[in-house]
Amino acid sequence: MAFPSVAARVRPRPRSEAGARVKLGRQARREELAFYAFISLWIVGFLLFDAGPIVASFLVSLTNWSLLGDPTWVGGGNYQRMLDDAVFFKALRNTFYYGVGSVGLGVVTSFLLALLLNQSVRGIALFRTIFYLPAVVSGIAVAILWTNILHPDYGLLNAGLARLGIDGPGWLKSPDWSMPGLILMSLWGVGGAMVIYLAGLQSVPQHLYEAAALDGAGAWRKFRDVTIPMMSPVIFYNVVVGFITSLQGFVLILIMTDGGPANSTLVLGLYLYRNAFTFFDLGYASAIAWVLLVVIMAITALQFVAARYWVYYEADQGR
Amino acid sequence: MSQVLPRPAPVVPVARRAPRLGGRHLGLLHRLLVWALLLAGSALFLLPFLWMVATSLKLSEDVFTVPPRWLPDSFEWRNYIDGWTVLPFNTFLRNSLIVTFANVLGNLVSCSLVAYGFARLRARGKNALFILLLATLMIPREVTIVPRFLLFSEVGLVNTLWPLILPAWFGYPFFIFLLRQFFMTIPRDLDDAARIDGASHLRILFDVILPLSRPALATVAIFSFIGNWTNLLDPLIYLRSTDLYTLALGLNLFRGQNFTQFNQLMAVSIITLVPVLVVFFVAQRTFIRGVTLTGMGGR
Repeated sequence: MAFPSVAARVRPRPRSEAGARVKLGRQARREELAFYAFISLWIVGFLLFDAGPIVASFLVSLTNWSLLGDPTWVGGGNYQRMLDDAVFFKALRNTFYYGVGSVGLGVVTSFLLALLLNQSVRGIALFRTIFYLPAVVSGIAVAILWTNILHPDYGLLNAGLARLGIDGPGWLKSPDWSMPGLILMSLWGVGGAMVIYLAGLQSVPQHLYEAAALDGAGAWRKFRDVTIPMMSPVIFYNVVVGFITSLQGFVLILIMTDGGPANSTLVLGLYLYRNAFTFFDLGYASAIAWVLLVVIMAITALQFVAARYWVYYEADQGR
Repeated sequence: MSQVLPRPAPVVPVARRAPRLGGRHLGLLHRLLVWALLLAGSALFLLPFLWMVATSLKLSEDVFTVPPRWLPDSFEWRNYIDGWTVLPFNTFLRNSLIVTFANVLGNLVSCSLVAYGFARLRARGKNALFILLLATLMIPREVTIVPRFLLFSEVGLVNTLWPLILPAWFGYPFFIFLLRQFFMTIPRDLDDAARIDGASHLRILFDVILPLSRPALATVAIFSFIGNWTNLLDPLIYLRSTDLYTLALGLNLFRGQNFTQFNQLMAVSIITLVPVLVVFFVAQRTFIRGVTLTGMGGR
């Protein structure tokens, strides 16, 4: 990787070896200085908007602070309180429910769609656009739209189910069906993951399929023994990123149900938001933020450990 | 452009339109099955959009009927005008435009600079910093919203547009990563030549790298545009006075006040989505390249 600086390579150097080395050192120092100058904006941003806040939020989590008065030190009091807070545990459970549900179903749906779109039939570009489109239009308009679609009486979904002779549930109005409703909505936006799978599928070398065919493998064997192993790093990536994203999507939930009914859609992010900006309990909100951070890191680490058993990387075939 | 992005040569020469999954041509039956599935799937994915448009054109009293009807009796185009004028949506639109374009510009400038550093300059500690940069991608926004709010309230910027704009000017890890990946594919010979001519790093960035990076810059601009246009969380936290509201926040206000006017609510929702849809259709390829280049869905 050694990459002698350009000037050192092309300029004739009539001086002694030692002289040249001193010169190179200065050159390298200047380049180093330039590097730090170029990335300085990000360093400032990182300290101001990421690292600083993370440290600050830990310190705030050790206090009681209502924004109006001065913070008072309570040590681990907020974390103690969390252990006795049934609503917190409900939110933690809902967070996992939403994460596992939306990522699990999302991975399957987007993978199946990608397989379908990987067939060479006419008009495939148009279909790709259609499936990808909902992923682009996130935000409040979608929240409004889906509140209406999921309406138990006037909604599109239950009207469709009624056509099939099914008496649709209360969706966002029912504690049991509110979360499935939100997960269903999240499935509408699987286009992003789908495009990533599609790119992965198209880079699986054809010769693997041809070799498998020569060995007499049918379509299913080829899918199981070539496609799935070759795609496993992509699947892994989508699971990790999908999970992190699912933990952050509380704004739509805030708009659509505000955590209800009966806290059935209260997720950790929303509980944090509520404590911070509705109750102005900054200490407790920050403690929740830290737990959320630890949960995300733990889950990601766990996924990396689990990946050893099912993700196939071509580079380490020799195990 | 094609010399900038060399494609790996295919291992097997592609003689005909390569059949994807099998080694055989797709049979007619197979093709019909794929077609049927694609059509059914697209119908499901498009229905919510059609529902949105249909609802936006109904009379108020036709919105809540059991069972719901698809087509309105008459097309009430005035829902769009009536909805737009119930609240000062022109002001909201102006605020959204200010915030969005300030963000797009800030992201383009700051992320290009930082990405150039990571792609082209050698320094001790660079690898560690790059790993740090990638690690910040994993930090959930929730963890920093409270301290960020404290920071901005400390300097008196709550209830101004600044908290929505300033962070974009200090680099955004996702875009830095995307641009850095792209800059790495540009041959170094080009900037070497410029260096010999005595060009500074800034000159190389602006005269050599950026002109060759238009596709990547377009991707950043589009992601930034859509992300900020639809951003609701930050406006919700920082903006208090109605005359500072962005479109997303204004739509939320409208939703809270006029829940029964669902037709107008849908109409205004559609208006706010139009720029997003236009950008998407105009730059669809750029979009999909961005997703596959970085492996992220562009949220």
